[in-house]
Amino acid sequence: MGLYHITNNRTTAVALKDIPVVEYVDLYNDLKERMCDVRYHVGHYFAVEIENGLKFYLLLLDDETSEVLITSFVPDYYAEGLASLTAIHPQFHPFEREMHELYGIPFDSHPWLKPLRFSYDRRDKSSTMDSYPFYTIEGDELHEVNVGPIHAGIIEPGAFRFICDGEQVLHLEIALGYQHRGVETEMVRNQNRLRQTLIAESIAGDTAVGHATAYAEVVEKLAGKQASKALNLERMIAIELERIAMHLADTGALATDIGFQLFQVACEALRTVTINTSQAWCGNRFGKSVIRPCGSNHPLTAEKIAMIRKNIADVRRRYNEVREDILESQSLLARFDQCGLVPRDEMIRIGGVGQAARASGLLRDLRTTHPWGYYAEIKHESVLKHECDVMSRLATRMDEVLQSADYIEKALSEYTPNEAIPAPDYEPQLALESLSFSLVEGWRGEICHVAITDAQGDIAKYKIKDPSVHNWLGLAIAVRSEGISDFPINNKSFNLSYCGHDL
Amino acid sequence: MLVKLLNTLLMVVVALSITGVINRTRALLAGRKGIRFFQHIYNVRLQLRKGAVYSTTTTALFRIAPTVYLGATLLAFLFIPIADLEPLLSFHGDIILVAYLLALSRVTIILAAMDTGSSFEGMGAAREALYGALVEPALMMGMATLALFCGYSSFADIFSMAQELDMNLTIVLFLLAYVFVIIMIIEAGRVPVDDPKTHLELTMIHEVMCLDYSGVDMGLIHIAGWLKNAIFAVIAANAIAVAVSFHWWFAAPLAILITGVTIGVIESLRARNKLSRNITYILTIVAMSALVLLTGFLLIQNIEI
Repeated sequence: MGLYHITNNRTTAVALKDIPVVEYVDLYNDLKERMCDVRYHVGHYFAVEIENGLKFYLLLLDDETSEVLITSFVPDYYAEGLASLTAIHPQFHPFEREMHELYGIPFDSHPWLKPLRFSYDRRDKSSTMDSYPFYTIEGDELHEVNVGPIHAGIIEPGAFRFICDGEQVLHLEIALGYQHRGVETEMVRNQNRLRQTLIAESIAGDTAVGHATAYAEVVEKLAGKQASKALNLERMIAIELERIAMHLADTGALATDIGFQLFQVACEALRTVTINTSQAWCGNRFGKSVIRPCGSNHPLTAEKIAMIRKNIADVRRRYNEVREDILESQSLLARFDQCGLVPRDEMIRIGGVGQAARASGLLRDLRTTHPWGYYAEIKHESVLKHECDVMSRLATRMDEVLQSADYIEKALSEYTPNEAIPAPDYEPQLALESLSFSLVEGWRGEICHVAITDAQGDIAKYKIKDPSVHNWLGLAIAVRSEGISDFPINNKSFNLSYCGHDL
Repeated sequence: MLVKLLNTLLMVVVALSITGVINRTRALLAGRKGIRFFQHIYNVRLQLRKGAVYSTTTTALFRIAPTVYLGATLLAFLFIPIADLEPLLSFHGDIILVAYLLALSRVTIILAAMDTGSSFEGMGAAREALYGALVEPALMMGMATLALFCGYSSFADIFSMAQELDMNLTIVLFLLAYVFVIIMIIEAGRVPVDDPKTHLELTMIHEVMCLDYSGVDMGLIHIAGWLKNAIFAVIAANAIAVAVSFHWWFAAPLAILITGVTIGVIESLRARNKLSRNITYILTIVAMSALVLLTGFLLIQNIEI
């Protein structure tokens, strides 16, 4: 058996006994070389309590072959620390920090093992928000600006500490964890699948469909059920609707932040049409209740298909006009061009994912590289931009809206109404002692859910990764050496989730 | 006396209406119905009925600042005539006093912002001080141009002599009106220099300095803002009225429309400047003001180039 068990995003769950248990030294040496290649990035990396210690699982994604590499190791971590991978490949930082926080694992030569989210079951209870180890720089010319954790408006809590030289930002540190709700524990505590679905929908309020799809996929893989074509089409329509709605909202929010009223109101109006379409379909503007494991409560009827088709065509046409105006607006371009640069190399190093990575010319798009459901059929071509700035991130969004509208149209024409879609099954028999993962490209980026079942077929461990976990560091890098007043537009251009990160 | 009272009354109407016209223009361009025309007045009335909350880190300076801010602005406000009317107060050299009263109000609010010890307000104060210092030459040269044309140094005299001006100066007067409208945008903290609607503390200039004010103090600051707007709006309208039709019934509505509509349209159709670009923007106005002064001087002296 090699170092990894090789699988992909479309097969069923992996039996735990099929996952090799390797020596950490071998894995470390392999990853040291392997991760230098841009085709690999970390999907998930976490530890599970077993008898007498911890077992570590690592999911590695190969973007070239669509393979997912899974491996595990059981170190004697009390004897010695583990050599830190973050020191060589910074993209491991949130995972190693999380494990250090939860279990006190001393990763040797890790640059900075500060807490990730202050989980209530963390090892060191004396480490709290109030003793957060903020980075400081000494200097008479410098001043610190602390923003948050409570913000104006509807923003979630999170503390931003800027170290500035006049108006210029030298360093931004982002401290999160204020939103920690114990989602992962909650997913395990209650084995009611419907309840788990509802929790999954609430992991990040703006990615309800994305996280619910990831959960449904995990359960279906464990149950050994393959979603039918009609069900996959429905899920694709739902997730692309969400993508359109959020990209529209962010276009509007970016316009708001530079005080550009016309684009703001145009995008707000279009977003309302989009989320009302969701509501007319399933009764919820954010697409909650569309995605259910092993079936659906809202099969599309001929009238609903016509309604979605009409609305989305309308949104697409009107948004395209807005898009063309945006690309010609000098005062807007003056703000967004060359602002908040995150070069491609930097994106690779921090493990950036999703549309932010694509705006820096880095192809991280699960729809292309690790397709699931109906995406395997459509041969998705990702939108890639190479300017690496705020405008580039906006342009990615704008192009993706048009692309998503086309996909919805395509899916609707493939869909035969009144086809029998089974009702959701909340009590499927799950494979015993298996690991199941799902990779879903939400509007923000890569969502990865992993579940491990026990000998009774209950979910014993549930791990969630929102794309924000990777990308928050990207925001911190983007504002370096920018004016502090340009932080808001950079923040909006990423639009990351606080609660998705804090869980 | 009646004329003076009419002037003051009209000035108050101008002050109260500009914000309403801005809001209405923005709403129309956004395809919205918009809030009530006088909603801002209702808001301030509400604030005036409330008490105020003070941070424990602030001193007496913070508490008296809104009063001084309003007082200085109100005094300056009373020196401004609308076209052929007479202002309530007037004496030789009052244009200098008006400039300094406006500077005093600015300094007071900057000091009050620094008094809170908040890093946001410190940043806002630094920005306001920089922009205030930059825009002052434009204001002084604009006023100097007016004084030069008439040979007087009080607003009342300047504009009462205005009818006898040479029509060659028309173009200069229009430019002067433009300069004053832009100065008003800068002073009032509107797009593209600042954005009063934003909720982002890091990008604010004027708003961020008032973050710690509440209730009645906030109301006073708003009123002072309206008066300040009226001062610049009326000077700009007067400059045009001199060239077109020198009557109060022309200048007063013009003052409301020229600023209200301009700001409403600008705020709908363009983005804010990058903060560092504001300096260039303000210096451009200073340069234009210098150009106006120079051109005016050449025309007055009949110097041929």
